[in-house]
Amino acid sequence: MNIAELQRKLLAAARANVPGEHVPYAFEKRVMALLAARTPSDHLALWVRGLWQAAASCVAITLLLGAWAFFSPTANSSKPDDLSQNFENTLLASVDQGDQTQ
Amino acid sequence: MDQTEADLIASVLRGNAASFEPLIQKYSPRVMATARRYARRESEIEDIAQEVWLKAFDKLKSYRGEAPFEHWLMRLTVRICYDFLRGHQRNRESSFTDLTEPETDWLERFVTQPEAASENAEAAKLLVDRILERLSPKARLVITLLEIEDRSVKEIAQLTGWSVPLVKVRAFRARAEMRKILAKMAKEKYL
Repeated sequence: MNIAELQRKLLAAARANVPGEHVPYAFEKRVMALLAARTPSDHLALWVRGLWQAAASCVAITLLLGAWAFFSPTANSSKPDDLSQNFENTLLASVDQGDQTQ
Repeated sequence: MDQTEADLIASVLRGNAASFEPLIQKYSPRVMATARRYARRESEIEDIAQEVWLKAFDKLKSYRGEAPFEHWLMRLTVRICYDFLRGHQRNRESSFTDLTEPETDWLERFVTQPEAASENAEAAKLLVDRILERLSPKARLVITLLEIEDRSVKEIAQLTGWSVPLVKVRAFRARAEMRKILAKMAKEKYL
């Protein structure tokens, strides 16, 4: 089969097949209705959607951290190498020493 | 651009959305005809045209009035049609075993007597639609604009936003892709 000739024939067939310019009934009214329904609320909708997404993310993070803090096995036991405890001791060392000397 | 059209656009830009309606009425036939080159179902064609007008309304500020409004609108239409092609590539991998009887007859006539297979036959039109559906979006766009609509490379570059050398490269690859599909069809049907 001559592929180049087939290609030429099919492209000629496509060229001869000019698409119609028919527009559905009241198409412009439909587009105008869509525009009218959309325009005023667009900015507001954008803000509302953004704020809802941010709020949902914040709630999810809060719940996760809360659950982690509550169920964490180390939450209630103070280890000797606990960083927060060490930090507090270091910070208050001078006060503790002052109390002892008095 | 005639004065009325400029007035309508200026009025839309001032916030009078109703002035957009005459523009939709005037140019919808062209938009629809362009969409029909890339989509087959009427619902898809309407969706494309609708998206064109919604985008045109949103982007009207970017229209500077240096070129006719129709050119600006056609650029937008072609780009939306290209996006549509990229989003609807479902038929590209199917085989050629499901050709209809008239399509098979036309092909057989072409094999036996190439000059007897008429370009105006309905079967040839259906067959070329099938082939175009199997092309990649880029190839289909270039073949449609260059070979079917007979546009120049420069025009295609303006419509698509691609550079002139890129259009030439893509046109070369698109023709090769089409020949490959035709060869595959010939192999499936006649070997």
